[in-house]
Amino acid sequence: MTDGPAGRADGASATGPAAADPPPVQVRGLVKRYGELTAVAGVDLTVRTGDVYGYLGPNGAGKTTSLRMMLGLIRPTEGSVRLFGRDPMHGVRALEGVAGFVEAPTFYPYLSARRNLELLAAYDGGDAGDRIDGALQTVELSDRQRDRVGGFSHGMRQRLGIAAALLRAPRLLLLDEPATGLDPAGMRDMRLLIRRLAGQGMTVLLSSHLLNEVEDVCNRVAIVRAGRIVYEGEIAALKRGAGARYRLQTTDDDRALAVCGAQPGVSDVSVDHGRISFVADEAAVAELSQALIESGALITAMAPQTVTLEDLFFSFTEGDGVPAAAAEPRTAPEAAI
Amino acid sequence: MPGIGTVYRWELFKLRYQKRTYLGLGASVIVPILFVVAIHLHHQHGRGDFAFSDYLDRSGLAVPLVILLFGAVWLFPLITALVAGDIFASEDHNGTLKTILTRSLERWQLFVGKALAASTYAVAAILLCGTVAVVAGSIQSGFNSLQSLSGTVVSAPKALELVYVSLIVYLIPIAAIVCIGLLLSAVTRNSAAAVVGTLMVSLLIQLLGILPGLGGLAPYLLSTQFNAWQGLLRTPIDWTPIVRAIWVCALYGAPSLGAAFLVFLRRDVAGG
Ligand SMILES: Nc1ncnc2c1ncn2[C@@H]1O[C@H](COP(=O)(O)OP(=O)(O)O)[C@@H](O)[C@H]1O
Ligand SMILES: [Mg+2]
Repeated sequence: MTDGPAGRADGASATGPAAADPPPVQVRGLVKRYGELTAVAGVDLTVRTGDVYGYLGPNGAGKTTSLRMMLGLIRPTEGSVRLFGRDPMHGVRALEGVAGFVEAPTFYPYLSARRNLELLAAYDGGDAGDRIDGALQTVELSDRQRDRVGGFSHGMRQRLGIAAALLRAPRLLLLDEPATGLDPAGMRDMRLLIRRLAGQGMTVLLSSHLLNEVEDVCNRVAIVRAGRIVYEGEIAALKRGAGARYRLQTTDDDRALAVCGAQPGVSDVSVDHGRISFVADEAAVAELSQALIESGALITAMAPQTVTLEDLFFSFTEGDGVPAAAAEPRTAPEAAI
Repeated sequence: MPGIGTVYRWELFKLRYQKRTYLGLGASVIVPILFVVAIHLHHQHGRGDFAFSDYLDRSGLAVPLVILLFGAVWLFPLITALVAGDIFASEDHNGTLKTILTRSLERWQLFVGKALAASTYAVAAILLCGTVAVVAGSIQSGFNSLQSLSGTVVSAPKALELVYVSLIVYLIPIAAIVCIGLLLSAVTRNSAAAVVGTLMVSLLIQLLGILPGLGGLAPYLLSTQFNAWQGLLRTPIDWTPIVRAIWVCALYGAPSLGAAFLVFLRRDVAGG
């Protein structure tokens, strides 16, 4: 949706360095085909400095494949990835200041957690080795550092994956479904950890197939479906753009239905459990109530419904890409007017 | 800065934690010991018509040479392939390629470090086997002089020197086996397939040599190069088979190594 450079003026002029600085992640026209199958079908996205960017989509949407290309693990069929302006296909220098993992992080199972980190720190060079203790503390694995990773649970490996990333003192963290497969407490800890890292100034791109998992962590999201971005932008704008859904009861629902269908500004009219449901903004609702009275269908109840991001997500990822078209909003406490 | 040396050291370190390392090194120790025990239990004259067979009871220095002779069929190719065939495939098995490829080392550095580690292991296994054979053989049959293949007598110290030079010459075809193992490891991404595949390649090449009508190929078969060391045990030393081993093995090894390198550098790391 946004094709402009990172520095474009769109009101969201939050923090950020000079516009000339290349953004942490800039992806353009990214395509990956495996034979007949197109795993990623032309993704554009820009992660700006300071973003906690949610890359959202259902399983099989192409999130992991996109992240693999960002990390230089697989070669794009078409398109480009730039990390701070550098192409990861040109070697690991592009990964300077970048760390992360795709799918479940992996380690040598026959070595201890600490040995694994020592190996990776050696492969990082510089002072990465000095960060091992701190990284283990951050992910709360200090007391298990001497144990073989082969015996670790999924959650422990996931945390060790974060620790391994932290050894690089990254400015950009790329995390593929970091909370997937964790128990509720593990998920919460992971969210807290990511928020803490973001608070320390790291730019984060994390993928997820669950919106509620990232809703309160991310400031921006891209929603990907079948390898294509169907939404990219601020979470707040996503929520605003959704419009509100209302439920309506009248003295003559058949007539009211016809009025709703004909009323400008009122969309997505349907009947659900014997009640009319539609999407409209406040001005359109005011005009609609006038029109209903004129038609003789008197309002007995009209209640706004909250549209959660989850609903939106489903509408983006399961429907035809039009927000709220397929969403069945969760019922809010009814409030008669 | 991390580099090839970093990879090399850590690959050797990782080998210390893997069963197959001890399987291979264990075989290198146990085979000569079993061989010597067998000699001890079955005292007899005229054990066969292979080189140095008559000397097994008279000089322990004949033991490593006879083991080199028979180990070429599958023992040393297998020991070599055990690690070379696993060195890339094990990363696929553990899904760790993505972990090490997203650090600060280029793929070519990882490749070279791993290839050197696999080679080091092969060298260690052969030298270990030879040394155990010398020691166990000498305990059994004495540290005595040896008769060269030309019929001249070689003093014990001189024979010991020749045994070690032979081991080094033996490393030439072993290096080619390492390269083939590395290629199959990178291509198949499966340790068992790469180990068995390397052994099969080695055996098939030997088979070519005994097929009727293909006798003319013999000097250029990889298996033949495992006998190049015998040139050292002639008086005067016959360098021809050794020189040939160098370029013939390069013909087998270099393309394999080059192909392995390209496969590893270009491959998509889509698993793990
Ligand atoms: N190595 C591969 N070979 C063939 N198809 C693949 C490969 N990796 C992923 N895919 C396919 O690409 C699509 C996207 O997969 P993926 O990127 O893993 O999705 P996500 O991470 O969003 O769940 C899926 O249909 C998957 O089956
Ligand atoms: Mg995935």
